[in-house]
Amino acid sequence: MNPRTAVTFSLPARLLHWLMAIMILTMLFVGVGMVATVSERHVWLVQLHKPLGIAILALVIVRLLVRWRYGTPALPADLPPWQRHSAHLSHWMLYALMLAMPLIGWTMLSAGGYPVTLFAGVTLPDLVSPSPTLYSALRFAHTWLALSLFALILLHLAAALYHGLIRRDGVLASMTKGRRKP
Amino acid sequence: MTPKNPPPLNTIFRFTVIGLVVAILATAFAYVGGWLDPGRLTPDRMINTLEDNAGVHEGYRRNHAKGYCVVGSFESNGNAESLSRATVFATGQVSPLIGRLAIPGGNPHADDGMPPIRSFALQFELPNGEQWRTAMNAMPVFPVSTPQAFWELLQASQPDPRSGKPDPAKMGAFFAGHPETKPFLAWVKTARHSSSFVNVEYNSLDAFRFIDAGGTTHFVRWGLVPEAPFTPMTDAQKQDPDFLSHDLRERLDKGPQRWHLIVTVANPGDPTNDATLAWPADRRQIDAGIVTIDRAQDQADGPCRDINYDPLVLPDGIAGSDDPLLSARSAAYSESYNRRTREEAESATSSTQEPRS
Ligand code: HEM
Ligand code: HEM
Repeated sequence: MNPRTAVTFSLPARLLHWLMAIMILTMLFVGVGMVATVSERHVWLVQLHKPLGIAILALVIVRLLVRWRYGTPALPADLPPWQRHSAHLSHWMLYALMLAMPLIGWTMLSAGGYPVTLFAGVTLPDLVSPSPTLYSALRFAHTWLALSLFALILLHLAAALYHGLIRRDGVLASMTKGRRKP
Repeated sequence: MTPKNPPPLNTIFRFTVIGLVVAILATAFAYVGGWLDPGRLTPDRMINTLEDNAGVHEGYRRNHAKGYCVVGSFESNGNAESLSRATVFATGQVSPLIGRLAIPGGNPHADDGMPPIRSFALQFELPNGEQWRTAMNAMPVFPVSTPQAFWELLQASQPDPRSGKPDPAKMGAFFAGHPETKPFLAWVKTARHSSSFVNVEYNSLDAFRFIDAGGTTHFVRWGLVPEAPFTPMTDAQKQDPDFLSHDLRERLDKGPQRWHLIVTVANPGDPTNDATLAWPADRRQIDAGIVTIDRAQDQADGPCRDINYDPLVLPDGIAGSDDPLLSARSAAYSESYNRRTREEAESATSSTQEPRS
């Protein structure tokens, strides 16, 4: 198959993809790191976690709009159907988690009766009224969906490298480079 | 260029690269999450040790488990306005309070006459969704200055299964190895049990920063000084394991109880990272206003039950200091809160409400 027939992702889509990739990986590492220490790292990691997570929420909305406006390049025609289906399914799961994780974080803090303070003086409104039952369900979901997100990202990364190193079919390039020169 | 099938060796190499990238990332994640680092002092371990000492009492706080909710307000007189721009200190500002009076220890059925220490936690409600939470103890200094030492102290004070009391040899060894506990031990020797929650002074112990309207930082500690005069625990009270709550209700039936919120300002060079060291008595003190408590309620259904009095829930104008206990408290209280809210949720959804041991 000729990689040149595959259109690449739009520039805004590529920028958002890589920016958010860094942010989300950072969030995952910050998240598991901050709940695993009583040292002074705990405080500043929490202070980073909340605003960065809300920034991801804002960016994923922009990203979905960009995707809707510019579309996505087609996958190679010779890709086995199971890989094609897995690709589509995993991409929608990634979007769902990018959207769900920050919303759960925010709602969870509201349910726990905490003020959702992003910076000194900047406090988000409560999304729900305090409820220990809801807090505890969301706190559980925040952990397990975060771990699922990390697993999915590893799979996504492995698949991207498989396209880039093994199949070399232009799928990885569609996210790393602009339109190839003929 | 049409890609040709790469030679098999090359393909193996490429698959290995992919595998390595994934493995390295996963390992780094596991390391940061503490799964490969059994020596790290995590909030989990801290709370496990509290549970080792007192047992698991589902739905209760893992420390200061026995307590009562109180409700009231704080009226600022404006005296602290020059030190902190927090709206809670604006002249005449009245902030609703949800508080909790408690005794230390993880046993929710402990005898009030046992520990000489009482505690007072407060949540001030500020405009715009901001809050100020503080958890104070009735003592002049904390026994230790680091989370690690606190953890070791907890381990040393684990009750001996035979006597039900901490092993004096272990305690002695701990204190001998931790000279920073001396000011605390000196106080404990002279400490008298109060007859009431409402006639003792409570202390933030940890230092904090006040940030004024100009952005200047002032290191402070705060405390509550009661209007009711101190009287010691009576012999009759010693017979009643719940005398503190009985006394509290009696006093509140007669009228609201009041404390002055006193802010102590550090001089340059005063220790801000060491809760075992009191600041000299001549430091500037500001009476910032009056804390009034009007009524009390059982913690089982009171408004303080589902509050985590995390000392780092602070409004603009108040911030943490370099005291390492603050971060540890924030992390550990959250873990304690996670466990007790989960237990509450489980007991709320389980149809058979049998008490578990
Ligand atoms: C992409 C978004 C997010 C990701 C990937 C993420 C990930 C994580 C992870 C991995 C943890 C550790 C869970 C554990 O090991 O138990 C965590 C904890 C936490 N997250 Fe997030 N998070 C996100 C967004 C947010 C947002 C927006 C907020 C709040 C505004 C938030 C608040 C919290 C809090 C408060 C904790 C710790 C709670 C505790 O002390 O028990 N998160 N997060
Ligand atoms: C690293 C040191 C410390 C650890 C690990 C620790 C641990 C805990 C835990 C787990 C709780 C129960 C939290 C909850 O479930 O809501 C608690 C409550 C409390 N702690 Fe600490 N603590 C530490 C230091 C201090 C210090 C320095 C003070 C001094 C003021 C203090 C005062 C209190 C008070 C007043 C409460 C009761 C709060 C309430 O009524 O809800 N603690 N502590």
